Amino acid sequence: MVGLVWLIPALPLAGFLILVFFGKRIGEPRAGWIGTGAVALSFVTACVVFAGLWGEPEHTYELSLFEWIPAGNFSVDVGFLLDPLSMAMVLFVTGIASLIHLYSIGYMHGDSRFPRFFTYLNLFVFSMLILVLGDNLVLTFLGWEGVGACSYFLIAFWFEKDENASAGKKAFITNRVGDWGFMVAIFMTFFAFGTVTYTEFLPLSPGLAETTATFIALMLFIGAIGKSAQIPLFIWLPDAMAGPTPVSALIHAATMVTAGVYLLVRVNPIIAASASWIPWMIAIVGIATAFLAATIALAQQDIKKVLAYSTVSQLGYMFLAVGVGGYSAAIFHMITHAFFKALLFLGAGSVIHGMHDEQDMRRMGALRKVMPVTAVTFIIGWLAIAGVPPFSGFWSKDDILAYALHKSPILYVIGLITALLTAFYMSRLVFRVFYGDARWGESAEGELANLKAHTTSDVAESDDHADAHDDAHADAGHGAVHPHESKWPMLVPLIVLAFFAAIAGFLNLPFTHNLEFLNNWLEPVVGENQADFDLGAFQLTFELALSTTIALLGIFAAYMVYLKNKVDPRRIELPFFANGWYIDQSITKFMGGIGRKGFELIAMFDKVVIDGAVNGVGRATRGGASRLRAIENGYVRWYALMIGVGAILIVAFVMTQVSL
Amino acid sequence: MGSNLSLAYLMLSAILFVIGGVGVLIRRNPLVMIMCVELMLNAVNLSFVTFGKMLDDVSGQIIVFFVMVVAAAEVVVGLALIVAMARRRPGATADDLRTLRG
Amino acid sequence: METAVFIVSALIVLAGGLGVVSSRNPVHAALSLIATLFGIAVLFLNLGAELLAVVQVIVYTGAIVVLILFVMMLLGVDREEDLDTEPLVGQRLLAGLVGLLFLGAMLAIIIIGKDAIVTGSRSVTGALSPTVSNITQIGTELFTTYVFALEVTAGLLTIAVVGAVVLSRRPRDLEPIPEPESMTDMGDEPLTAIPEEGAH
Repeated sequence: MVGLVWLIPALPLAGFLILVFFGKRIGEPRAGWIGTGAVALSFVTACVVFAGLWGEPEHTYELSLFEWIPAGNFSVDVGFLLDPLSMAMVLFVTGIASLIHLYSIGYMHGDSRFPRFFTYLNLFVFSMLILVLGDNLVLTFLGWEGVGACSYFLIAFWFEKDENASAGKKAFITNRVGDWGFMVAIFMTFFAFGTVTYTEFLPLSPGLAETTATFIALMLFIGAIGKSAQIPLFIWLPDAMAGPTPVSALIHAATMVTAGVYLLVRVNPIIAASASWIPWMIAIVGIATAFLAATIALAQQDIKKVLAYSTVSQLGYMFLAVGVGGYSAAIFHMITHAFFKALLFLGAGSVIHGMHDEQDMRRMGALRKVMPVTAVTFIIGWLAIAGVPPFSGFWSKDDILAYALHKSPILYVIGLITALLTAFYMSRLVFRVFYGDARWGESAEGELANLKAHTTSDVAESDDHADAHDDAHADAGHGAVHPHESKWPMLVPLIVLAFFAAIAGFLNLPFTHNLEFLNNWLEPVVGENQADFDLGAFQLTFELALSTTIALLGIFAAYMVYLKNKVDPRRIELPFFANGWYIDQSITKFMGGIGRKGFELIAMFDKVVIDGAVNGVGRATRGGASRLRAIENGYVRWYALMIGVGAILIVAFVMTQVSL
Repeated sequence: MGSNLSLAYLMLSAILFVIGGVGVLIRRNPLVMIMCVELMLNAVNLSFVTFGKMLDDVSGQIIVFFVMVVAAAEVVVGLALIVAMARRRPGATADDLRTLRG
Repeated sequence: METAVFIVSALIVLAGGLGVVSSRNPVHAALSLIATLFGIAVLFLNLGAELLAVVQVIVYTGAIVVLILFVMMLLGVDREEDLDTEPLVGQRLLAGLVGLLFLGAMLAIIIIGKDAIVTGSRSVTGALSPTVSNITQIGTELFTTYVFALEVTAGLLTIAVVGAVVLSRRPRDLEPIPEPESMTDMGDEPLTAIPEEGAH
């Protein structure tokens, strides 16, 4: 049964091929069903393979398909490595992807490029599966680039609008920086081990020189922070929300952005072999990103931006987990996060859909009455991410925090503060969207004008958004918004995801060793380098209670601010946060000023030296040719003469060879 | 017949071949060029027969037959080309036909 | 006797050859060619190739040269050629040089090599027999050993005839061959237009 593993990526690839060639002819909605069917079948195959994997020694299975790049000593095969880690990834990737495909049929209804959307989605799933299943770094890199390209296509899916197109470019360029690190890491790995296959070089890692291991780990880390949106390369992810919401849910929340975490977990022996500051750096970057993104999320008005920064923040948690040696905790949080963040994004998509493409939370409110299913499922997702027991986010976040405390109390405290912020901003989102007064339709304009008058500091970004939305409204006519509940293809995924967001925590309960299913499952992959400690019953109870208190405190604070209006929200939604700590603006300023001068210098070099060399070669060729062309003058007698010259040369040659 | 006379035949053949070759190179009238080619072919024929004589072999003469056939075919096609060319551009020489140059 | 015949014939052949190359009038060239071909026919006789001598007279002088003359008269291309000017600079000099070098090489090989220049086994196809007539011998070989080559030759002739008919067919719309252009483009213009500042 495990032999079927090749079918898992092959099915989305087949879907992609069918759609890319016949998508237009198949049309809506059948193209969507084909795409969904391909991924769903892939999920079923994954389940079958999963069942088969239990029978394999160490739950590991390798399948080599063919030799891909044979070059002397260097040889890369296309092969799949199926071990507990990749199996877990494959299961949740295909599972969530099937649901989001189904959702997209409803969400993308009526779009002029409906089949194209599913073409990209299928290609994305294929690439993602190659990324996690590839048995060597080069194949993983292929998938890595594939998901990056799909991400770019899908962010800029509605490329008619300039913002969307440039958001795509931003994501692409930012990712390039990370990809550079990944590539250098691949070269270095080959240099150090002579192979890039995981099963060949990972067991050798403990014997590696510390500096080499440190360098490889550092470069892989740079690759990971690009893909997984960590400081300083996180700036692309919030802008990536320009894409359709299912894309945000699938690519920019559940699967692709976790690829960096996957990569780091995969190469955990290398991190273990590197200098001790590498794990520290990973942990610090993770926790700093988590905290920073959480503060920014506090002040966003766009529902998807809040979720985007929240994603960045949660990814920060996963990096923290990797840094403190809690590899299984990172995967655990990755899985639960995939469930609840996909759920939240899809819920947000449902809201946006019901509100006729309205994304500004200032124009929402009290939606739970008109969108009951969306509201209930969204609330489950909210409780999960806020860390309220017994929902999944509580268990996974607590798992990470336990590892953090084991490493350093400071990390633990900042983690707790971030958890508080998380609970607060998510509650703010829920209260603003589903509770309170309805600010859509008639009542919206007055309050907005009021808000605007006061929010003098709410500069550039929000203004642009408000303007854009005003335009949209002017087209639709004021007060024409009638929120409605979405259709069943959108609701079914919400319900399924809500179910898993609620119970996924039981994958890994901390009470007894036997209940830690995921830890035990991942043991063959990460067991050796996992931080090992035993929490006493008292400490465990204390930590769980503290986390619960923190979560409830955050929710309560948000309740006081946004529903009871005890505190002016503007004292929390600082413009400093709303503008994302002015990081984008700083980059723009640098690139427009000092940076630009440097680039112009480089461009000058390019123009003079590189172009000069290229054009020089071209000119030399043309010049030489124009002189040589005199030989080919068209006179047949001249050609005959040249034959004669050739004949003489041959005779002369023969005469030198023959001794008479 | 002594071998010296055979060598004289070969020398005559070489001289005639070179005369024909130089003629091809310096004459511009296509008809004359064809005649010069005939000269070269005949020079070669002469050498073939001489070689056949020297080796006491009849194939030297047989090959001349085939050369003659090829020469006839060549003249036929060459004259057809000249006719086609003269129809389009009366009085054209080989030098005027160089629009196919590189 | 043989030597005398050879010398006379050789002189006729060479004179004819030079006449072909140097006559301004193509008709004179054709007449010179006939002289050469006759001389060669005599040499063939001298070498014992009676059949070839006869064929030489009938086919070459009787058919080919007459055909050439016929075309000449038909098209009126018998204008005298100006042999004093040479449009291709250096062509004559180079042609003479090539000819001299080639001739020198050939003569050197023949004179130095003597009989050794002919290599290979003797009488492979069949010895020249003094008893059997030349015609019988050649005919036998042509239709036995060389029968395949003979058939291919028939094909070649057919193709040549068809090709000649197609080539000399009077086309419906005659397009005059254009005057060759002068070669002024020496390729010195820049490869790519230099982009203007601020264009992007």
